[in-house]
Amino acid sequence: MLDKRMTPAEIVDQLSDGMTIGIGGWGPRRKPMALVREIMRSDLKDLTIVAYGGADVGMLCAAGKVKKLVFAFVSLDAIPLEPWFRKVREAGQIEVLEVDEGMFQWGLKAAAFGLPFLPTRVGLGTDLAKLGGLKTVQSPYDDGETLIAMPALKLDAALLHVNRSDHRGNVQLLGPDFYYDEWFAKAAEKTFLSCEELVDKMEDHYHDDAAANIFERCFVSGVTEIACGAHPSSMPPLYGPDMKAFKAYAGAAKDPGDWNAVADQFVGNSEDEYLESVGGKDAVTNVPLAIY
Amino acid sequence: MSDITLAELCIFACSETFRTDREIIATGIGPVPRIGAGLAKLTHSPGLMMTDGEAYLVEQPVPLGPRGDYRPKFAGHLPFSRFFDSAVWTGRRHAMVTPTQIDRFGQTNLSQLGGTHHQPKTQMLGVRGFPGNSIYHANSMFIPFHSKRTFVEGEVDMVSSAGYNPAKRVSGGNYDHIDLQKMVTNLCVMDFGGPDNAVRVVTLHPGVTFDEVQEATGFELINAVESETDLPDKDALAIINQLDPHGYRTHVIRDNPPAIRTAA
Repeated sequence: MLDKRMTPAEIVDQLSDGMTIGIGGWGPRRKPMALVREIMRSDLKDLTIVAYGGADVGMLCAAGKVKKLVFAFVSLDAIPLEPWFRKVREAGQIEVLEVDEGMFQWGLKAAAFGLPFLPTRVGLGTDLAKLGGLKTVQSPYDDGETLIAMPALKLDAALLHVNRSDHRGNVQLLGPDFYYDEWFAKAAEKTFLSCEELVDKMEDHYHDDAAANIFERCFVSGVTEIACGAHPSSMPPLYGPDMKAFKAYAGAAKDPGDWNAVADQFVGNSEDEYLESVGGKDAVTNVPLAIY
Repeated sequence: MSDITLAELCIFACSETFRTDREIIATGIGPVPRIGAGLAKLTHSPGLMMTDGEAYLVEQPVPLGPRGDYRPKFAGHLPFSRFFDSAVWTGRRHAMVTPTQIDRFGQTNLSQLGGTHHQPKTQMLGVRGFPGNSIYHANSMFIPFHSKRTFVEGEVDMVSSAGYNPAKRVSGGNYDHIDLQKMVTNLCVMDFGGPDNAVRVVTLHPGVTFDEVQEATGFELINAVESETDLPDKDALAIINQLDPHGYRTHVIRDNPPAIRTAA
């Protein structure tokens, strides 16, 4: 029960058509891209994707795997507008729930705590409530304030890429920012991790870094080791975002502009083949960290 | 003759916009607002707090672009994972941003243009954090090309941030913290100080007329011009240069014109 090791294919076998899947990270940062590529190689479809979106969202949309997207933005930072996401949106091919970045994490927290919603002022005075069908609630106390009820973003599964894990799902996240990975894990029925380094017992290897365990192993269902598994997104402190790869990916949205024609280049038949095609582990870990 | 550029004048105006005696996070998105925030912190508003652009708080604003041997010194930590708890939803922030559209109510749009929500004609970034920023803390804007495409007639296509539009307010909602301060453009500085928060022009950049600004704006402006926009002094220019050693500011306004117009 406590040995949660799985292969990437076994993780994707746990997912099914129509599921709501949360993807951790933020734009082009700390994305579980190897697991996303494994989904791309599968027959999965009709997914609802919940993400602070980057190329994960762009390629899943481009491949026609997304029925609905919950998002606040989709961006590659230095390439502000994610071109594959744009194409799909401008063709009217997906349903969306657009929310504010803060409302988004609030919805994950509602799901984590088993609540139907959490109240917030955010969204008032904007078009979000009207476009997203968000309802208001009134404070039952003397203030009587009207607030938006941000619905729980309950996930069937969450996918995260972490720096270290052991067989039992004791994780360590390094780097300056973990975004909302913790809340994706807690909002999900099952959370699957890829990690840069898998060890048998965390306490025998990285005892001194236990404060980096930002969520507990009871929120982890499966773990697989995929070095460079965030590429082309960044994974501080190990490697930065591969802007050369992002430029090629963004350029392909213009020319040829057809995902099927370029999917091999950005997904590959296997993760080994993909990593080889981008120069191998040395090339990825040599990509400098981003300067913002 | 002065060799001060219009971008430098705008940075100085942005810096004045950030002026405060509070300890709040200053976020300037884009070179001109970001240098302006740094200039404010290093001169009149030392209480301002800011990050290295990623996750760490710095007391010495980090220069733009490649850093060479310069290493930012971290004084604190403000990752996105704490940003709403610490900065946005507590109202301890002033952000300066560049939306795609702005209307007479100060409502902005950076999500989508034209079409429908299901199928926009042009998909942009998404609303990002604008809804929360606008309902909780001070906001200002920098627009490098003042035109009717940005300052639109009617209302913005998709209201991404809340403004002063009474028709968008549901009864019982708390709008007390909507605080739109200044809009700095390549022509002028505007605020929301008119009746019912109507937009006023408060300073004109050297050589610009009110009529020229009105002509480039899709809604009616109030002429509350008191003076020309101030030029940065020598000390300010030195700090600007230090915060932007690679000259990113020279690419912000088309042709990087001088602050004082030369006769055509």
